[in-house]
Amino acid sequence: MTAAIDPITLAVLAGRMEQIADEMDATLFRAAFNPIIAEAHDASHGFYHASSGDTLVQGKSGLPIFVGVMAFAVKAVIDKAAEAGDLADGDIYIFNDAHMGGTHLSDMRLVRPYFRDGQLFCYLASVGHWHDVGGAVPGNYNPSATEAFQEAFVLPPVKLASGGVIQQDIIDILMRNTRLPQSAMGDLNGQLGALDLGVKRLDELLDEYGAETVSAALDALGDRAETLMRSELSGLPDGRWEAVDYLDNDGITDEALPIKVALEIHGDQMVLDFEGTAPVTAGPVNIAYPTAVATAYVAIKHIFPDLPANAGVMRPIEVRVPDGSLLSAEFPAPVGGYTETILRMIDVIFSAASQAAPERVVANAYGTINALSIAGKRANGQRWVMFSFYGGGHGGSIESDGLNHGNAPISTATIPPMEILEAAYPVMFRQWALRPDSAGAGQHRGGLGATYEIEVLEENAEAFLFGERGRFAPQGVQGGGDGAMNVFHFEQASGWETPPLASKMLGIKLTKGQAVRLDTPGGGGYGPASDRDPQLVARDVALGYLTADLATELYGSAWQEVSA
Amino acid sequence: MSKMVGVDVGGTFTDVFVLDEATGTAEVAKVPTTRPDQSGGFLDGIGQQVDDLSTVAAVVHGTTAGTNALLERKGAKIGVITTHGLRDVLEMRRRDRPRTWGLRGDFEPVVPRNLRLEVPERTLADGTIRTPVDLDAVKAAAQELIDADCKAVAILLANAYANPENEAKAVEAVRAMWPNDHVSCSSEILPEIREFERFSTTALNAYLQPEVSGYINRLDRALTKGGFDGEFMIVQSNGGVMGTDTACRLPIRTALSGPAAGVIAAGHIAKTAGFENVITGDMGGTSFDVALIAKGQSMLSPQTSIDFGMVVRNPMIEITTIGAGGGSIAWVDKGGLLNIGPESAGSTPGPVAYGQGNDRPTVTDANVVLSRIDPESPIGGKLDRLDVDAAATAIDTHVGSKLGLSTVEAAEAILRVANSRMAGAIRLVSIERGFDPKRFAFMPFGGGGALHTGAILKEVGIGSAIVPRYPGVTSAMGCVIADMRQDFVQTINTLTATLDTDALRDVMQRHIDGGMALLNAARSRFEARDIVVELDMAYVGQTHTVAVPLPVTVDGTTVAAPTIADIGAAFDAAYQATYGRLLKNGTRRVMNLRTAVIGRRPKFDLTTLAPKGGGVDAAKTGTRQVHFGDTWHETTIYKRLDLPVGAEISGPAILVQPDTTVLVDPGLSARVDTYGNTIITRDEE
Repeated sequence: MTAAIDPITLAVLAGRMEQIADEMDATLFRAAFNPIIAEAHDASHGFYHASSGDTLVQGKSGLPIFVGVMAFAVKAVIDKAAEAGDLADGDIYIFNDAHMGGTHLSDMRLVRPYFRDGQLFCYLASVGHWHDVGGAVPGNYNPSATEAFQEAFVLPPVKLASGGVIQQDIIDILMRNTRLPQSAMGDLNGQLGALDLGVKRLDELLDEYGAETVSAALDALGDRAETLMRSELSGLPDGRWEAVDYLDNDGITDEALPIKVALEIHGDQMVLDFEGTAPVTAGPVNIAYPTAVATAYVAIKHIFPDLPANAGVMRPIEVRVPDGSLLSAEFPAPVGGYTETILRMIDVIFSAASQAAPERVVANAYGTINALSIAGKRANGQRWVMFSFYGGGHGGSIESDGLNHGNAPISTATIPPMEILEAAYPVMFRQWALRPDSAGAGQHRGGLGATYEIEVLEENAEAFLFGERGRFAPQGVQGGGDGAMNVFHFEQASGWETPPLASKMLGIKLTKGQAVRLDTPGGGGYGPASDRDPQLVARDVALGYLTADLATELYGSAWQEVSA
Repeated sequence: MSKMVGVDVGGTFTDVFVLDEATGTAEVAKVPTTRPDQSGGFLDGIGQQVDDLSTVAAVVHGTTAGTNALLERKGAKIGVITTHGLRDVLEMRRRDRPRTWGLRGDFEPVVPRNLRLEVPERTLADGTIRTPVDLDAVKAAAQELIDADCKAVAILLANAYANPENEAKAVEAVRAMWPNDHVSCSSEILPEIREFERFSTTALNAYLQPEVSGYINRLDRALTKGGFDGEFMIVQSNGGVMGTDTACRLPIRTALSGPAAGVIAAGHIAKTAGFENVITGDMGGTSFDVALIAKGQSMLSPQTSIDFGMVVRNPMIEITTIGAGGGSIAWVDKGGLLNIGPESAGSTPGPVAYGQGNDRPTVTDANVVLSRIDPESPIGGKLDRLDVDAAATAIDTHVGSKLGLSTVEAAEAILRVANSRMAGAIRLVSIERGFDPKRFAFMPFGGGGALHTGAILKEVGIGSAIVPRYPGVTSAMGCVIADMRQDFVQTINTLTATLDTDALRDVMQRHIDGGMALLNAARSRFEARDIVVELDMAYVGQTHTVAVPLPVTVDGTTVAAPTIADIGAAFDAAYQATYGRLLKNGTRRVMNLRTAVIGRRPKFDLTTLAPKGGGVDAAKTGTRQVHFGDTWHETTIYKRLDLPVGAEISGPAILVQPDTTVLVDPGLSARVDTYGNTIITRDEE
């Protein structure tokens, strides 16, 4: 530890600081205009180290992927300010450049230095997913983008406020470059409000405890997280474990893209080496280096869920990403489909880690966000766009079967209710159901994926899908079976058809009465199918999770001898 | 027939509050809760204070029967009849997961998949019937569920909020053949858009119906047998009461009945004592429950999750719970940090000091070791004395030795961390609602809260606390105070500009007629009848709605149609207040109409609770050494109920009463107000 701090003050301060970040989250959720922040909580807040930008404390209610990625956003600002040499109290930087700050261009990052007695104490940051940031497609999910410029306007770190004075010029530029300026302005105000609150609360905390004590506590919390992580790693065997999985394609060329990891544990350290991963692609399934590191963090947090959310956790872990790979794409390579790539990264980390720590790791979840959009013009000429992400099965674990129809590991967002969608758009769901036979077999099977069949109720609609897992199934671990793959069908005069690129397609024409059907993947299984209690197999058959023939194929006939 | 009786049945104790309106006196009783049949303790508790049940005009009950049945998954075997293609809605939830990190855990809905049957039928979002309901299929499904021995059934059809016709026909067919009354229907229970929330609420209603109506009927029979001829009512989660027939039909409305009554009482006590803004903290064995009352109004939340995936959408008093109760276990993690909970020793086996088999230290053990709780006279009277040595040993072993602290230091540390968590919950609850907690008073109730008052005042920066005269029976008192209330909802989902205000008026009238009929059927006296109308509104494109209070004109019980201009102005005012700015050229939409019909019951005069006579010196029972901060203090002990009105006590002091210990820390002062409440304030520094 860098300074002596009594353990009780530390415990109290840990709670207080985490709570300030939580309050900042709550403030933005309440104030944000756009539902992506207000409802799906696609935002995050925290405190970051004055010189390294490392995460010191982050709120608990924001989006999981931001937990690791925000440090890079702060570091980008630190570098920019160092270059210019003009960092001042009351400055607030703003940017969305994903190659500097991770994730994608929709995420607007605000970074504010915090000074105490004339000294830089730490940074506060706020990130939130804005509804629209320009680019070729409203909402910025452009599967045919080959450059960042087609995805959104790109803003590098610039001073939104200088010495406490808001630079209206910057706001004017921002508002001229979004299709939804009112929404953007509301979100921006919310983020500024959250930062103001953070400053006020931090002032109070430092008044109460003194800057030195709080500073010592922040150091100690990082050290403590590191100690916890090292103690967890020491409990695992030394060795090297590999896993590989594939993206179906980049949306442009139909070629599978390997994502490969070698996980090494030496004593109390871990290396995640992604050597062997596909090179940067023309289509938008690339991610920037900060996103790759943040994703490793998300995977590690899922494996060790009780660890605190600060940079100390990552100190014993080295993430190696090969240059030129799709995990370290340089500007202006498109990154709009980053969600699919990071989900696959998490999958391979789980598959590799499950060999080292089988009791800690769950099998692969469904592994795609399935961004499905259906749009058209109503009879009265009004344009409509229904855009949503769809759920699938989670992986089995040592303690239970996987969750049926869950959300993606990188998110905590819920799905809109069917009735809300039907009320807002001319569609009718013929099915909103679990997908039988989709679970990966195992001692603890995966969770079931879902079937959504959506009929269009007006003429001349068009659908597009950005998904994955159409060619490669979610993997089981410890001998567990794979979940079912993602299957997309669309109705045409000739009958049901499937996309040539399996999981991605643009411009599907639909007429009134035609439908699309999305059968989402189930989760992978945990442990060999032969170890599953026949009683549970019989129950799955009785409940219709599993058809009798497949049950016998996967689990043998023992289940037929028992009653459910 | 002048007595009003409030009964709150908790996990450990059954509390009774008896108000005699004729004599203006109040009595309380606390008896052990009996299990499995709670009516034993229920009647025993009343019997402690009432000799003749025929003198009782009303018995009002706050119950955890529904909550427990949901949490312990002990509802009935039920079935579901639903729209073709939608049988899994209950199981798919809103695509959430139990915990953010770890991806573990699965979910079992209260109705298994093979008892969720689909029938051909479909209504569209605009109310158009695309496929009429196939009644033969409905009857076949009902028969299948009856044959499977289902005790209740829920009918859950798509878009039934927009047009209930298919659902109404299906329900009629099922009711004609179902062997009991337990048929729940989504458009009757919650005619509101969002199928998962509506289906979940309706299915959970069915799940509770056999259990809760059986329980209420048992109590009703037992009361009647004892000579009771008054009115028996149940507290709802919204803080209002309802008749037992309504409770048997809509048992889901009792999901948070017990805690709601406590908040109602707290609000009344605080307001009477001059505190309009108060944050309540109810500390039990396993949890600390926080609620916020602003300008005398408790906050209502539109829905809650009883457990993962078990969503109930009904207005409920908003109560936030954290796992920091007296039984919460203190432990040191691998990184050397002291944690409290969430694991709890509850009331059985309870804290180490109870000597009932737990050997890990709890918050109560820390209070015992620091002598804040008197080991010779434990609360509740179940135990003779508390084992201080065992508590000290547990604290040494699990906390002190790991952190290099003495026993006393470790006990102080446990309290500091626990207090900090409670303070955190208070801060977050108020901030999330946009309130500054420093502008509120704190009101502890329940058995343990008043031990932590000083720490919470200090941590949160609150100026004063108000400890009710009988904090251990606050919920039972709330039963006697609560108004009768019925909530209604109907989804409208229309642009404001094209709203048919006459049709809206008709729905309001239907709600008002329904509510008034229930008030008329009640035997209670009402001082006033209030109608509260709210619209859930938003700009087109927004999913979050704003609750817009709509002023309505009622002539007798006939409501007048509001104008579109009225509605627009009400929205602007509410939106401005929530977000600080309006959206230029935004198109406004009315999503839901909500109507509450409230019969205001007479509030009793709280001065009836005030102490009669008494003296400070006479109330003094002695002194003992109590640890505060870093040293022991000679601390005076008072019998709280013997302190006279106006008594002023400087801390350190301990005020004891049979079910609560009130701690007055050094630097705090306590004053008995004209109602017998203890007001604790921080001394000028």
